[in-house]
Amino acid sequence: MKKLLILGAGTAGTIMANKMQKKLPVNEWSVTVVEKEINHFYQPGFLFIPFGYYQKKDILKPSLKFFPRGVQVINTEIEKIDPSHNNITLINGLEIAYDILIIATGTRISPEDTPGLKGELWQKNIFDFYTIDGSEALAEFFKTWPGGNLVINVADNPIKCPVAPLEFAFLADYYFTRKGMRNKVNITYVTPLSGAFTKPKASRMLGSLLERKNINLVSDFFIGEVDNANKKILDFGGREVPFDCLISVPLHSGDPVISKSGLGDEFGFVKADKNTLQSALFKNIFVIGDAGNFPSSKAGSVAHFQADVLEKNIVNYINNEPFSESFDGHSNCYIETGFGKGILIDFNYATEPLPGLYPLPVVGPFSLLKESKLNHLGKLLFKWIYWNILLKARKLPVTNYMSMVGKKME
Amino acid sequence: MAQKTYAGVTVDVNEEGYFTNPSQWTKEIAVEIAKEEGIILTGQHFAIMEFLRNRFNGGEALSIRSINHSGVIDVKTFYQLFSGAPLKKATKIAGIPKPASCV
Repeated sequence: MKKLLILGAGTAGTIMANKMQKKLPVNEWSVTVVEKEINHFYQPGFLFIPFGYYQKKDILKPSLKFFPRGVQVINTEIEKIDPSHNNITLINGLEIAYDILIIATGTRISPEDTPGLKGELWQKNIFDFYTIDGSEALAEFFKTWPGGNLVINVADNPIKCPVAPLEFAFLADYYFTRKGMRNKVNITYVTPLSGAFTKPKASRMLGSLLERKNINLVSDFFIGEVDNANKKILDFGGREVPFDCLISVPLHSGDPVISKSGLGDEFGFVKADKNTLQSALFKNIFVIGDAGNFPSSKAGSVAHFQADVLEKNIVNYINNEPFSESFDGHSNCYIETGFGKGILIDFNYATEPLPGLYPLPVVGPFSLLKESKLNHLGKLLFKWIYWNILLKARKLPVTNYMSMVGKKME
Repeated sequence: MAQKTYAGVTVDVNEEGYFTNPSQWTKEIAVEIAKEEGIILTGQHFAIMEFLRNRFNGGEALSIRSINHSGVIDVKTFYQLFSGAPLKKATKIAGIPKPASCV
C-alpha cells in the first residue's frame, strides 16, 4: 500500500484530499492528512468581522465535515519533514513515511518581523485582520472609537489575498459613513507599491476609486518601524505617517516547519516550479496554495485552480509520464467596494486584469474591473459555494485556465 | 514595442522604460540608465542588481523585503542607494521587468 501524505488542511489541502481520494485506486493508495487545527475558517470572512457583518461562529466549521470517507486525518503539529528519507516527524515523536508528499501548510503573518509592530499598542490601537483574534479585537475597538487617523498599511508583498487591504479601506469608508462619522475619520492607505495595486489597469481603476471615496494614498512606503510612543509608522526613506488606529497587514512567512526542513526560501515558502507545482529539490514533493514561492496570488482561488493541475500531474508522476498540465497563474477575486457593490478581477501570470464580463461574454453575469451590485452578491454567495462545492472539489462552471472569453482588450 | 539606445546599443523597453528582454542588458548600459535616474553606480549597486537579476532569472518574486536576505546590503542601504522607490529604480537599471509583486 502506498501513501499520499498531505500536510495542512486549509483550502488547498482539503481540496486535494477530496480530489486524490477519488482519483487514486483505494487498494493501492491511502490518503493521510496532517492538520493541527480542528476547525476550518472561511478566511475571506475575516475582512467582514471588524465591520459587524459576521461573527466568529458564522465563518467556522469543523474540518472533519470536509474530508471524504477513507481519508485518514491526524490532528497534531508537524515537527519536521525529512525529505531525503521520505518521512515526517510529528510533535509527539511519531514518524509517518510517504511515497508522495503534498505540502499545503499555507502562510501566516509575522508581525514580530517589523520592529515596534507588536509593541505596547498591539491590539490596543494596532490591529491585524488576518487572524480571528485580530478581527474580533478590531470589531470591539471600532464600536466605541471616536474617530481620528485610520491608517491601513501593507508591510510588503507577498500577502494573502492582495486585494483585502483595499477592500478594508472601502468597507471602512462605508462603515463610518453609515455611522454618520465619516467626517471624523481620516482614512489613509499606505502601500509599498507604486499605486493602489500591482497591475496597471486595475491599479488605475482602484486608485481612482480611492480618490472618489476620499481615501488618501501613500505609495512606495516600505515600513521600517512603528513608533508606539508617538503613534506613527516610519519608512526607510525617512517618511512618517501618524495614526490613531493602525490596521496592519504584516509581513507574511511560510510555516516554520518548511525552513526547519530545508525546503524553503528565506521567508519559509517552499521552492517549487510555478507551472508544474513540483518541489525544486525533491521529485516526490508537490506544493499547492500559499505555501509555495510561486509568483501568483496567495489566495483561495489560486489554490482551487492549482488543484486541477496538481491532481493530473500527480497521476502523471505515479505513471512515470511527463507532466500534462501547467499552471498559468490563474487567479480571480471579488473586491468589496462598500455601499453594496463589488468588483471582480480575473488574471494570470501573463495577463493583467481586464474589463469585460465573467465567466461568459454578453450574459456575464459578473462584470470585470467594474463596480456592480451583482459582484457584491457574488461575493456573499461565494461563502456558500466555498463550504458546499469548492472544498469538496465538486465542479464549478468556470474554466481552470484563465480564458480571454468575455474580456476586452483596450 | 518601444526601443531605446544606451551606450550605443539598441534595446527593447516597455512604455515605462523597463527592459522587455533582460538578456540585452550589460553593465555599460546600466551606467547610462542610472545617469537618467540621477544615480552614479558603485560596486554595491552592481552587487544588489546581480542579486535581483539572479532572483528574477530563477523565476522568484522580487520584493523589498528580500533585500535583507541578499547577503549584500540591508533595506536601509537599499533606500540610500536608490532613493525614493528603490525596487522600481533598481529593477529598471538592472534591466529586468518592474516587479509585479505577488498578484
